[in-house]
Amino acid sequence: MATSNKKPGLFDHGLIEKNVTLMMVLILLTVSIGGLVEIIPLFTIESTIEKVQGVRPYSPLEQFGRNIYVREGCYNCHSQQIRPFRDEAERYGHYSLAAESMYDHPFQWSSKRTGPDLARVGGKYSDAWQVAHLIDPRAVVPESIMPGYAFLATRPLKAADVKEHLKTLKIVGVPYTDEQVENAAKDLEVQTRPDGDTAGLLARYPKAVVSNFDGDTKVVTEMDALVAYLQMLGTLVDFTKYQPADFKQ
Amino acid sequence: MTAATLSHGSSVGGERAGEETVSYNEAVIRLFVIATMFWGVIGFMAGIFIALELAFPALNLGLEWTSFGRLRPLHTSAVVFAFGGNALFATSLYVVQRTCRATLWGGPLVANFLFWGYQIFIVLAASGYVLGITQGKEYAEPEWYVDLWLTVVWVVYLLTFVGTIMQRREPHIYVANWFYLAMIVTIAMLHLVNNLSVPVSFFGATSYSYFAGVQGALVQWWYGHNAVGFFLTAGFLGMMYYFIPKQAGRPVYSYRLSIIHFWSLIFLYIWAGPHHLHYTALPDWAQTLGMTFSVMLWMPSWGGMINGIMTLSGAWDKLRTDPVLRFLVTSVAFYGMSTFEGPVMSIKAVNALSHYTDWTVGHVHSGALGWVAFVSFGAVYYLVPQLWKTGRLYSQRLVSYHFWTATIGIVLYITAMWISGIMQGLMWRAYDNLGFLQYSFVETVAAMHPFYVIRALGGIMFLVGALIMVYNLWRTTKGDVRVEKPYVTAPTRKFAPAAE
Repeated sequence: MATSNKKPGLFDHGLIEKNVTLMMVLILLTVSIGGLVEIIPLFTIESTIEKVQGVRPYSPLEQFGRNIYVREGCYNCHSQQIRPFRDEAERYGHYSLAAESMYDHPFQWSSKRTGPDLARVGGKYSDAWQVAHLIDPRAVVPESIMPGYAFLATRPLKAADVKEHLKTLKIVGVPYTDEQVENAAKDLEVQTRPDGDTAGLLARYPKAVVSNFDGDTKVVTEMDALVAYLQMLGTLVDFTKYQPADFKQ
Repeated sequence: MTAATLSHGSSVGGERAGEETVSYNEAVIRLFVIATMFWGVIGFMAGIFIALELAFPALNLGLEWTSFGRLRPLHTSAVVFAFGGNALFATSLYVVQRTCRATLWGGPLVANFLFWGYQIFIVLAASGYVLGITQGKEYAEPEWYVDLWLTVVWVVYLLTFVGTIMQRREPHIYVANWFYLAMIVTIAMLHLVNNLSVPVSFFGATSYSYFAGVQGALVQWWYGHNAVGFFLTAGFLGMMYYFIPKQAGRPVYSYRLSIIHFWSLIFLYIWAGPHHLHYTALPDWAQTLGMTFSVMLWMPSWGGMINGIMTLSGAWDKLRTDPVLRFLVTSVAFYGMSTFEGPVMSIKAVNALSHYTDWTVGHVHSGALGWVAFVSFGAVYYLVPQLWKTGRLYSQRLVSYHFWTATIGIVLYITAMWISGIMQGLMWRAYDNLGFLQYSFVETVAAMHPFYVIRALGGIMFLVGALIMVYNLWRTTKGDVRVEKPYVTAPTRKFAPAAE
């Protein structure tokens, strides 16, 4: 190297090239700055997450449905993030707010739309359509290239540890109350029983969709959970109550 | 030092005569080279399979283990972390020994732990994906127990790399090692932060990510974009800075440029993550910062490209006779193209069209196939005759066949994705003359079918090229030499000065 015979000066790169510890420290400093500047304010600037009413933690059944959504890698093809463009507003609805995914561990905004955006799919189709579509997408939409998920309809949902899940979510910051944690197993079950005592569930999780999603009354299946999740997506915030200025970040 | 490496005494030692000889640990490099090609072929096959699933959805087979959603992470991890990762281990541990004239720190035991530890990481991650064990974050899918294991392996990697540098018998640390070191250090930082999570139980696989929503999104893309910036760029630039000068027999074009290139690249890259989140619920200031730094990133990227390509100054004729050098130089050309396309796509107005479409997929593959894979192929073609002491490859012609098959495959792939991506983006926003959206979503899906078929074809050609390479390398390790017409420099016509 050009500098090897000279006495190193203060700004001589040769100093760094001869001292691996110095080089490592400088690298770490250099690569830290960008992340610190961009990430820390997101936790400290209060307007990052809009103050809107209606967003609540997921009901136990919805959360387990969400876990199936994550497990099957739905994010590889479906976004949950509507951008503020005219065509997206007409196709999918109001653009997504940060508040709407504030309890999403992990976030599932995704980066690809091989299939349509799902941020506001809740209530757009009937339960029966969702179930039929998940079992055999091409039976409902002939041009679809989505995989079939028939196995969800027959597999009982494993939810014995539902309380542990809510407790863990509480540790990472989801504000579940003790009451919600205590009643987790009951709430999960009753959300699939329209004839059951759902008053407690609906008080704890307003707007939760109670339905026998897959038509099978005997057992809570993975299909029940996934459809319960899909049917609530994007339905929590009542956009008739707000003006665009309310969402200023 | 293992017996195997000691027996190759002829190749060991510094290039300066009369100095103390060093016996390098080449046994572990050979293992990493084999793993590179093994996982490469697996990763390419997984890619072709999921590409075909998009063209012919019946291939999802109705089974949970073979659906696109589970296999796509398998493909991305297999090519990025298994193929790319093993290539990084192989080359970094080779280069650091040679340029420091020191054997690997920790001896063969630590080296073997690194190799097997990393392969265990790959198998743990891959088996999880197929079974549905995932964190649900792109390129950070492995669950908490796999992340912890990788952390152990990575710390040992850092110790080995830095320990070897500390034992060096050269005053300076060679530029390739700066890039490898930045890769190792930064990946450690990204991995630790982005994977913070709380497991539901000690004996269960499920965990919940510490970050949620908008913060989770930015942390993820700070991680995700710099997995590209450091794992797939800085590390492979380390390769460029060693193997191109070696193969071309020319020194690096500019020492000054390499210093500027290095520091500006690693400083700017880390800011670019938010361009994955344009027009989302991420605050505008963060999006604008991400866009600005992404555009600035064009400059150091091209600084690196210029340094790599101009290293051929005075040796351009070798491209005619040396197909391995052709791989290396073409990789840098693809690097230049992708690092121009990237800043363009990070501009919000362009991103409004390109985001969520196949254009992004095409962009990634021009970088991954054209840059990452090609520079790795060039490095492995260089390494195998060295490591197996055969002096030369089995066949130069086969290298050339590989080059053209793979190059045409890449061109098919990226052009198909440009067309389908831009077409889909335009169809989404098209209005008819009554002011209604012109296309339903599923019409845009149907329109992409022919391009998905062409893309899969491109992928198949890329795999065929890699299989030609595997055959060539296998025959090389056996010491075979193919009977073929050698590449010779075409005679140039003498310039005859006009008669006075």
